[in-house]
Amino acid sequence: MSDRGNENPIEKAPDFGLPAFQKGTGRARTFNPLLELVLARIREFVREPEAVFWVFIFPVLLALALGIAFRNRPAEKLRVAVEDRIHGASGIVDLLEGSADLTPVVLPWGEASERLRTGKVEIVIGLPETAGAASASLVAGSEGAPPLSVSYLYDPARPESRLARLAVDEELQRGMGRVDVAQVRDRIVAEPGARYIDFLIPGLIGLNLMASGMWGIGFNVVESRTRKLLKLLTATPMRRSHYLLSFMLSRLLFLILEVVALVGFGRLVFGVEVRGSLLALAVILLLGAMSFAGLGLLVASRSRSIEAVSGWMNLVMLPMWLLSGSFFSYSRFPEIMHPLIRLLPLTALNDALRAVINEGASLAASWSEIAVIASWGLVSFAVALRIFRWQ
Amino acid sequence: MATSALLSVPSQEQAGQRRPKAAIRCRSLAKRYGDVTAVDGLDLDVSVAECFGLLGPNGAGKTTTLEILEGINTQDRGTVEVLGSPWFRGNEFGLRERIGIQLQEARFAEKLTVDETVRLFRSFYRKGHDVENVIRTVELTEKRKARVGKLSGGQKQRLALACALIGDPELLFLDEPTTGLDPQARYKMWELVEGLRRRGVTILLTTHYMEEAARLCDRVAIMDRGRIIALGSPDALVASLGAGQVIEFRVEGDLEDGPLALLPQVISLSRENGGFLLTVSNVAETLPGLMAELRRQGAHLTNLATHQATLEDVFLKLTGRRLRDV
Repeated sequence: MSDRGNENPIEKAPDFGLPAFQKGTGRARTFNPLLELVLARIREFVREPEAVFWVFIFPVLLALALGIAFRNRPAEKLRVAVEDRIHGASGIVDLLEGSADLTPVVLPWGEASERLRTGKVEIVIGLPETAGAASASLVAGSEGAPPLSVSYLYDPARPESRLARLAVDEELQRGMGRVDVAQVRDRIVAEPGARYIDFLIPGLIGLNLMASGMWGIGFNVVESRTRKLLKLLTATPMRRSHYLLSFMLSRLLFLILEVVALVGFGRLVFGVEVRGSLLALAVILLLGAMSFAGLGLLVASRSRSIEAVSGWMNLVMLPMWLLSGSFFSYSRFPEIMHPLIRLLPLTALNDALRAVINEGASLAASWSEIAVIASWGLVSFAVALRIFRWQ
Repeated sequence: MATSALLSVPSQEQAGQRRPKAAIRCRSLAKRYGDVTAVDGLDLDVSVAECFGLLGPNGAGKTTTLEILEGINTQDRGTVEVLGSPWFRGNEFGLRERIGIQLQEARFAEKLTVDETVRLFRSFYRKGHDVENVIRTVELTEKRKARVGKLSGGQKQRLALACALIGDPELLFLDEPTTGLDPQARYKMWELVEGLRRRGVTILLTTHYMEEAARLCDRVAIMDRGRIIALGSPDALVASLGAGQVIEFRVEGDLEDGPLALLPQVISLSRENGGFLLTVSNVAETLPGLMAELRRQGAHLTNLATHQATLEDVFLKLTGRRLRDV
């Protein structure tokens, strides 16, 4: 069988006037199949301007928009309405204006309660008899005058209303002469790492790894399948594992660019720092990218049309968009759901990224998240390899 | 070693000395898709350095047969040997190194260039031709840097041929290589295939163009409904009609068949779409008698044409249908 190499029938055949295969085909350059497949993946991606936009530019724009919308502003003043029928309403207003946190205004009852209902004031100070749920009696400080008696009208479900009640009560009671017994002093801190943008950037990185991994692989695989290109490839001596691996490897390259874009942007524009080691960050990113590449292959392993694979992609990704704490913490969901949410690969990735970026934690501290990420990747890649439809 | 016979271009003496080795051999091949029998007990032998054509209408089972032979589909029954070996797990990649495949509907990635695509396919083979040379052979040198998406139908088909050739195959499978091409592009493709055939590459091609099969193939198997209904060289098949020529004519109203079949030199008579087909050995001797008979029956001739008998006529005679439904 081996004596074929130098016996090339095409070379030996006489030239029939066709452009001939040149002599020296035996010296023809050989190419590494895995490298060529990875190069093909990369070329296909960068020649698709829409894909480049969604993977690199969109996340940065999203970070910019959200960073601006939720930037830290000086705390807003709490708005207080004082009912005009209260004896000495203007005195109360004077008292409250002394506080840096409150903007009081005197209003007739109807308008005051209307503003409360529509959220334009946080609390209404009214007469005791107009009181709803909560009321407070105040003892007048000045000698001889009748004790001040008012009611606080507010919705305890609104945090700013509860805050307003505390601040208003504090000012009134002190103004009426209550004496503080403990010595306290405020020390103000402004901790970077606790802002919304610090929370957001790792979440966006996680989200981007998921979306680009799954879409990037899913579309390409299914398109090749519908074009019968997959079938043609399996008719060549190409190793199937090389084909699947080429997606994983090309993802690595894009991963670096995606992360550099987002982290660089966060740092330059919002001063978001990576507090942990870059090595730990790299390990987590690598695992995350591989994991979602595996999941992308799995989702695309059987679909025969772009429509079908889009449906599956959305089915897999939408719950994670909502639940995995990319835009807001999953602690807002009921406690009973947390163990399940933490088993989602995106949750694990977001948590591990935040631990390294925001808290400067070591890899060991995130071992359970890392285990979750790696398991998803391994299981989905193994299953994809088994059930992959090549034709 | 046995394989060396596969490699050299068989010269006259060799062909005389040895029985040609089989490049493809299959027996009682059968494949069903649900209720549909795609291939129904097919026997096939293709010799080394032969250009063999599977000719048949759409749905005759040509592509399924080809895919089984290519090892990308499996048969329900029967045996297949390609280059002396059946398909099994252990020899799959060894065999794939030695065959080249062009699939009927496969479309390459549109964003890659011609050069990149051929290079990608080159990387799959341990040995093979130079990328540049193959591109030159299929006459795409000017389009080397062009994206696949910008190529014409004929150019895409030639790119497919380049990818099939890049591993320097002993055996080449071409599934309807010219379907959908304009005459000029088809002609170019034919020249390329003829060149390969002369260089000793074994070729198995499917087509539903009889002129393509007649021009390119040493032997042709006519397939219909999953079976081979005729096999031989194009000339032999046409000769089997016993006649070299065909008279087609139409009349207003109807004709009595009997007297027509008795005209001189008539081999057979068939009707098709209201017209008549007379297969004859010599038009010149039949024509006067035909005219006299038409006058006798008082039929008014609306149309008459003659042509050399072709594979189309063979198919028509065997099945009563045309290759391409028009």
